[in-house]
Amino acid sequence: MLSRTADNIYWLARYVERAEFTARIIDITSRLAALPKAYGGTGVEWESALLAVDAHDAFKEKHDVADEQTVLRFLVFDPDNPSSIRYCVERARTNARAVRTALTSDMWQAINSSWIEIRNIERAVAPFERMSRDRIDPALDAVKSMSRDFDGLAYRSMLRNDAYWFNRLGLYMERSDNTARILDVKYHVLLPETESVGGSLDYFQWTSILRAVSALTAYNWVYRQSIKPWLVADLLILRKEMPRSLVSCYDNLSRFLDDIARAYGAQGPAQRHARAMLLRLESATIEDLFRSGLHEFVTEFIDDNNRLGVLLAEQYLLN
Amino acid sequence: MLGRLGEAMVEKSFWDEMTGGAGDIRAVYARIDQWLRDTPPDILAARRSQAELLFRRIGITFAVYGSADAAERLIPFDIIPRVIAQKEWHLLEEGLIQRVKAINAFLTDIYGPREILRAGIIPADLVFQNPAFRPEMAGRRAPHDIWVHIAGIDVVRTDENEFYVLEDNARTPSGVSYMLENRDVMMRLLPDLFAAHRIAPVENYTDLLLKCLRSVAPPTASGEPSVALLTPGQFNSAYYEHSFLADRLGVELVEGSDLFVRDDVLYMRTTQGPKRVDVLYRRIDDDYLDPLVFRPDSVLGVPGILNACNAGNLTLSNAVGTGVADDKAMYTYMPEIVRFYLGQEAILKNAPTWRCRDADSLKYVLEHLHELVVKEVNGSGGYGMLVGPHATKEERERFREKLLADPANYIAQPTLSLSTCPAFVEEGIAPRHVDLRPFVLTGANGSRVVPGGLTRVAMRKGSLVVNSSQGGGTKDTWIIEDA
Amino acid sequence: MRIHIRHEIAHTFEPPVRFLNATLRLTPRSHESQHIARWRVEIDGDSRIRAFDDGFGNCMHTLSMSGQTETLRLFAEGVVDTFDAAGIVRATVERFPPELFLRETALTSPDDRQRALAAKIEGENRIERLHALLLLLSDDEKPEEPAQEQTQAKEPAAQKQSQEVPAPKAPTKEDKNKVKALVHDFIVCARLVGAPARFVSGYHLHPKTQAGGFHFWAEAHVEGVGWIGFDPANAICPHESHVRMAVGLDALDATCMRIAPSPQTEIETVDVRRQS
Repeated sequence: MLSRTADNIYWLARYVERAEFTARIIDITSRLAALPKAYGGTGVEWESALLAVDAHDAFKEKHDVADEQTVLRFLVFDPDNPSSIRYCVERARTNARAVRTALTSDMWQAINSSWIEIRNIERAVAPFERMSRDRIDPALDAVKSMSRDFDGLAYRSMLRNDAYWFNRLGLYMERSDNTARILDVKYHVLLPETESVGGSLDYFQWTSILRAVSALTAYNWVYRQSIKPWLVADLLILRKEMPRSLVSCYDNLSRFLDDIARAYGAQGPAQRHARAMLLRLESATIEDLFRSGLHEFVTEFIDDNNRLGVLLAEQYLLN
Repeated sequence: MLGRLGEAMVEKSFWDEMTGGAGDIRAVYARIDQWLRDTPPDILAARRSQAELLFRRIGITFAVYGSADAAERLIPFDIIPRVIAQKEWHLLEEGLIQRVKAINAFLTDIYGPREILRAGIIPADLVFQNPAFRPEMAGRRAPHDIWVHIAGIDVVRTDENEFYVLEDNARTPSGVSYMLENRDVMMRLLPDLFAAHRIAPVENYTDLLLKCLRSVAPPTASGEPSVALLTPGQFNSAYYEHSFLADRLGVELVEGSDLFVRDDVLYMRTTQGPKRVDVLYRRIDDDYLDPLVFRPDSVLGVPGILNACNAGNLTLSNAVGTGVADDKAMYTYMPEIVRFYLGQEAILKNAPTWRCRDADSLKYVLEHLHELVVKEVNGSGGYGMLVGPHATKEERERFREKLLADPANYIAQPTLSLSTCPAFVEEGIAPRHVDLRPFVLTGANGSRVVPGGLTRVAMRKGSLVVNSSQGGGTKDTWIIEDA
Repeated sequence: MRIHIRHEIAHTFEPPVRFLNATLRLTPRSHESQHIARWRVEIDGDSRIRAFDDGFGNCMHTLSMSGQTETLRLFAEGVVDTFDAAGIVRATVERFPPELFLRETALTSPDDRQRALAAKIEGENRIERLHALLLLLSDDEKPEEPAQEQTQAKEPAAQKQSQEVPAPKAPTKEDKNKVKALVHDFIVCARLVGAPARFVSGYHLHPKTQAGGFHFWAEAHVEGVGWIGFDPANAICPHESHVRMAVGLDALDATCMRIAPSPQTEIETVDVRRQS
């Protein structure tokens, strides 16, 4: 496969996943922001939404106040913000267009029709001074269904060859980064000692974290007890059965990298790095992580994850 | 492209492919006629919007430069197929193959011994001063002496058995994806109508193309020659076609930056390291192909690619320098070219052309300026052109002076009476002018023409301009066994 | 005259490139008034080099290098015996009839200034007109120091440190482009008055200053005589101090080296001297 094609496929998957993540963050942020202060509303939800999608600095260059209006506009329609839905879908489409021959036509259509839809919504919303949820909800829905369709179609219809594997690598690279970012922004509400302070306030934070990774129900199935912050962290980091956990992402990353290595008859630094990360996650316990510092762990993970991105690019995408 | 040839002749009567102009439905159109009678306009309209939706979904759009919002537009698709009887087609097919054979012989000669010049058939300056003649190729030979593997010949019809060639496209002709997609959409939209006819298939075009490309691979190629398609990139107006073809061919769609030349061998960059390319179906112009030989500022091409070719490690399709065979001036000599190389009369007619470099022709042209289209030999896109019947007296006078000053630079043609076909337009079903671009494939084992081609239709009433950039549309073209 | 030439070219790449391709037109050919006594082209480093004739009959090398390359060095070196033929060039390799060289290229497409210049050309016959053009160009755009554009310090190493030596300065890119433009002017105007004309690259040794370097001039065709050289930068017809290397429709065809990817820096030193 052409290196450029692999690169396009990989980034296509990343942008699709990122667009969906931004949509999810908008969802949970609106929910939290709507709560009265007494129930856990902190007033800084829109700030932390920006942090969670790694768009805080970019935002501050353009706006002063992070409130519902400015952040929504920035996260949904800003054409220059690499985390905005519009940006991600546009880039996904550009990448998809460049590799249309490597995709099934349904996959292209999933991307293309959602791009058209988002542009239409953008045009429809443009004349209004204020953004409201019911005006942008269709955009969030469009993105979620794009991601669902694209992912599902890839799973259902793509040949199990390198095109598929690079698609999966993009997906899991982005997903592990996203999960890690939520942990990075919210780690303070997951520390055990906050439990006593918390009460209902933190309860809403915890559930919103779970919602962000669609794991609210999963939590109940796995732990069968009321929500404890360290268990939320455990679920998001160390539980293989939870599809968005870091360990599950690395299980997949390592597997698909091995598939590529087998097909090509050669492995390299990317495989070794992924395997080492997987091993570390598999052998850790949540107690270990808290003991050595959750925040330190998450920061280090984000760096290591980026490192895998670099190795992967050097090995396959920049040939 | 058809250009504005004879725009003014709307008042003339035209031969209609359905009615023959007389009002009686021609046999090949009998079922179409019945279908049009049976189908109420709202159903036709519904089918048309379905077609549009399909095209939009699969993404066949073409880029229009300089319009930011309408960056991607659909070419209008007319759902009424154009029908040509098989025996009419056979005549056309034979003529097309003959023409391409002559073009290849001409290129082999012109970059080789130049016998046609020595024989005085073609004035030497038409070749040597033609910007599409590439001195770099002099003394080189194309594998199997095939320079043009893919040709698109623009043909118009003026009567039952009269076809004229308007233009030969021997560089990187486009449009074949529309031929294939139009057929696809028609089969989906109108399966019953489709089933009622015995239509020759076009779907095997890409199989034939791949075979053709592989057949001309250099001798140093490995067992199964590796083919790739070179595109200028996704902002090119024909990008859709490039990606479509690569997909159907099952070959890599590459850009200049995916390729490199090492030790006179062309490679593409892959996730498994460099992979050799034996045949490159390139869809970029000569000028941009190799910055070491042509435009040094080109970023679309591959430095050293011509070296790979000259070293016999790569076949470019089409070869470099084929443009000398397809420009307006050379076109006028095509009957002589056919005669010189093949010893035959050209089966397909040229539009009658007066070369103003000949004194007699110049005299005639000057006397008939009001009814002729006069074109600059090397002009394109309608520049330096006089449409006699449309021009004012002053314009004609001005042109007369230009003609007298440099007659060799001009040719003149009458306005051809392009045939019409029924089309579904704003006001209902009405005749619209059409042309046809069939595609001729030539490999080591001879030439093939897939039965059909791209029919372009001028959607505006009376217009003879079928160019997509000017609102022209397309139709599916059915070659059917006689009813 | 026996002329010794050494032409060194060094390209550097930052960051290093993994492979590069180049074409060289660095080998002169013998003709009636020029005999190549010896000539070689050498490249520093592992490379594959292949010689063949380009479309115009120039001797061309293609060069392809792989492996990390930071610097590409090469040189051409040789000895040429030249004879004065009043600019007339005979027994050259000709692949095309002269009419090919009436053809316009991107670099030789006439502009208004050139048209105006061509309109001023007078003369009874083609030869007279071409000489008139040569004079017009030297009046029109006389370089301050004729023939200095291509002079070259004899010791490239010394040239770096010694500002005090008022030796002929190395030609800058600008100087070269000036000469190129002048030659293009000549070609365009000659073609405008119907004379086939072409671009020539080669070497020149100034008879008085003994300074020499890489140089460009033109040739135009006159029926019955053949190709005649015209050196507009020096307002003369080439004679035994010119060594003719490559011809083409314009500077791009006759350039001594084309390379991709583009190097960061390019150092060229040319040493041309008379050998007794």
